[in-house]
This record gives sequence, structure tokens and C-alpha cells, in this order.
Amino acid sequence: MNSAKRSNNLKLRAKILQSIRMFFQQHDFLEVETPLLLAANAPEEYINPVAAGSHYLQTSPELCMKRLLCRGHERIFQISHCWRQSERGRHHLPEFTMLEWYRSNCDYRQLMEDCQELLNHLAPLCSPATAEYFASPITTLTVHEAFSRYGETTVHDALLNDTFDEIMATRIEPTLIRTPLILMDYPAEKGALARLKQDQPACAERFELYAGGIELANAFSELNDPEEQRRRFDAANQVRLTQGEQRLPMPDKFLSELATLPPSAGIAFGIDRLVMLLAGAANLDEVVAFTPEEL
Amino acid sequence: MYTVADLKKGLKVTLDGAPYLVTAFDFVKPGKGQALYRTKMKNMINGTILDRTYRSGETFEPASLEERQMEYLYKEGTHYTFMDQQTYEQVVMEEEAMGDAKNYLLENLKVDVLLYGEKAIGVSLPNFVNLRVQQTDPWAKGDTSGNDSKPATVETGYVLRVPPFIEEGELITIDTRTGEYSTRVKG
Repeated sequence: MNSAKRSNNLKLRAKILQSIRMFFQQHDFLEVETPLLLAANAPEEYINPVAAGSHYLQTSPELCMKRLLCRGHERIFQISHCWRQSERGRHHLPEFTMLEWYRSNCDYRQLMEDCQELLNHLAPLCSPATAEYFASPITTLTVHEAFSRYGETTVHDALLNDTFDEIMATRIEPTLIRTPLILMDYPAEKGALARLKQDQPACAERFELYAGGIELANAFSELNDPEEQRRRFDAANQVRLTQGEQRLPMPDKFLSELATLPPSAGIAFGIDRLVMLLAGAANLDEVVAFTPEEL
Repeated sequence: MYTVADLKKGLKVTLDGAPYLVTAFDFVKPGKGQALYRTKMKNMINGTILDRTYRSGETFEPASLEERQMEYLYKEGTHYTFMDQQTYEQVVMEEEAMGDAKNYLLENLKVDVLLYGEKAIGVSLPNFVNLRVQQTDPWAKGDTSGNDSKPATVETGYVLRVPPFIEEGELITIDTRTGEYSTRVKG
């Protein structure tokens, strides 16, 4: 790839990171750093952590960040590297950079406003056409609406036939292009660590932010029921076993603190993908200093 | 057996009993969801294109393709016959499977034939072949019309553009990758 182009992308990347930090400073957030080497990540069906000795590299700083909320911090953010095995493609790197921010005494709706403000804040760094796109109001769509509009099936049937992910990836996501878009209210089965909606327990208070048809961020109102969380982790491990994957260790210390988590919301934002979109690059390779193949 | 981790452009696999070439590949993983391996596959015999999405754990049989050096013998109608000089085995290929190769075939030309089992499905020629010009307009010395090339028909019936100084009966080298005149063969 054109090395001048890549150098320019790295310069833009630095400006974007600086601008992100400034945004959070302006909003009174505390920047934190949490350990990258953990005894346990949150066990998930389809995310395989990279083992390092008897520990694991983090797949997300989520668990430590929530423990910080338990200690009384109210607005925190972190930009750190995450590792996920066997994830490599145009929009995936096995080691990537994630921005996560958390607010206590808030729910996921506050995070939607944060996303709007953050995109607007970053827009001036791009070329005019891209800037216009990122400055525009984010539209919202529920997962149910998305399935009935583009999915040619219902969420219920897709979950039954195990085609939910495929339909999202092949039929729904490619249409989410016209403006930055928030896809919200995922079925409870796809809720992971999210709290369920009080009035609609079949739905989780979870949303994903899309721009240019690409998934940029995953956000939710945090589940703070340790029993329910442990049950979900066990269920995830069961699915892993049926897929021929290893059972993952339970994050016990996180679970023991979880009951003290105030109502909170958190979001995980892909920095490499954000830089790719703001730079107008074709894939992640063009916006990182080194791809794994170059090492 | 190939796994989804082996999928990439250019991989050749067997699907539904036919050899397929992976022409496009994309790794997709929706947030918190399963990894999906999306491919476009081209049937190497009839050219049909398929869109297929695979999941972790799926496997693929490699396509049993073999490339063998053979000699071009002759053509009958739209059938082109090649012979393996080691085994004297003959294979026949249809004109439509030949692509541009048919423009450059001279008796006894050594080529690489791509076989799927017993069936010849493709042929690769050497990058350059020498063919004699059968017909072309003579070069008028002193012609200042400014034309830098003229049409010529070579012995296979193929027509291409050649420099104005090339005469009928001359041997020229053609680049089979582009179909263009490369150089005049001296002597």
C-alpha cells in the first residue's frame, strides 16, 4: 500500500485520538488505564481470548471499568488494545484499539447522545463530504424494524433458525449507510451483558452504532444482577462447548462486586474502524502502524 | 481438507462434484455474533458464479486438479486435441473452454493443460509464441502517413496489429498474455 497515504492516515489517527481525549475532558470524564492481562474475561459464545501463560489478554476492558464504577467513579473512559483470536478481515484485526466509556446513574439513551456529540466533535477533522456525513443527525431503528424492513423474516424466526447473525451481516448491515445510524433494542438472547427492558423483557437495552454500513460501537445499560450475569456466562460457556470451543473461566471478582454496581451504561467503540471511516480508507490495514502480517 | 481458516481468493475447492475457484472472500463478524466467511465461487468448468457463506467448523474438499504438459495435435470443428507425450494419452477440449489460447495454437506447441479428473478444463500457453504472418498489406517505404501499426493475419487465423515494416511470410513473437505483437524474429 501507498506508504505516503498510510503516513497521512497515521497523522490523522493521532489527531483523532487527541480530539477524542479533548472531548472526554470537556465532558468531565476521567481517563483510566486498567490491566491488559486478566485472570478472566467475560465468557462469550463467539469471542476467543488470547491466552498468555495462565492468564488472558483482555478482549475488552469492560469488567475492570465496571468495577471502577462500583468504587464510585461516575464518568470514565479508556483507550486500550484488545485481543481476539482468529478475527482477521477487512474490518477485523486480532489486536485492535478500543475506546470504552461508562456513565453511572444513566442508561443507554445518554450514550446515544454521547455518540451524536462525539461524531459531531470529530467531523471537522475529515474531508468536507465525510465531515457532512459525521455531522448529520444519527437516525435510529429498532432491531425488529430492521428485520421487517430488510430481513425478510422475523427476529423470532431468525433466532429459531440460527440465522440472526447472518441476516444482520448480509441483509441489514449493508443498508445502514445513508446516515450514521443507531440500531437498538436487541432481543434478550442477544443481550450479552445488557439489562433487559423493564416494560419489554424480551428486549435488551442494547444498541449498536453504524456508519457507512460498518459497526462502530456496541452499547448497553449494564446488567447489575450477579445471579443473572453468572447464568448468562454459564449459558455462553455451554454454547462454546457445543461448538467445540473451550469453556472459559468465570470472572469471580467481577461477579462478587457486581451487586454494588449503580444503574450504569457503557459503550465499546472501535477506534481503528472510526479512523478508517474518517480517513476514507478502504480497510483497517491502511490506518494502523503495522498489521499482524507485517510483524 | 480445507477449513474456513484456509479460505482466500484463488483457493480451489470441490463443491457439488465440480471444481470451484474462490474469486472473492470476506471475513464478517457482527458484534457479539458468529464469524461468517462469505465467498464468491466460480465453477471452473461452466463459469457459474455462486455466493456462499460459511461458518466456523465447516470444511472443504480441495479440487482434484492436475496440470500436465501436453502437445497440441490438431483441431476438428470445435474440438481441440492434445497429447501427453509421456503416456500418449489424448484429451479433447471444447473451443469455448480454450479462451484466447485458440489464437496461438501451432501443431506440436507444448502447453499446460488443467485437468479435473479426466476432463480438460483449461490450458496455459507459454508467455510468448512465434507465428508466421500470412497476410498483411506491404509497407510502402517512404510512407509518411504517420500510421504506427497495421493489421496482420498470422497462420492461426488470428488478426493483430503489427508495426508497418512487418512483411508477409515474416515470423513474429506474440505475447499470449496480452495478444499483442512483441517483436520480429530475426533470421
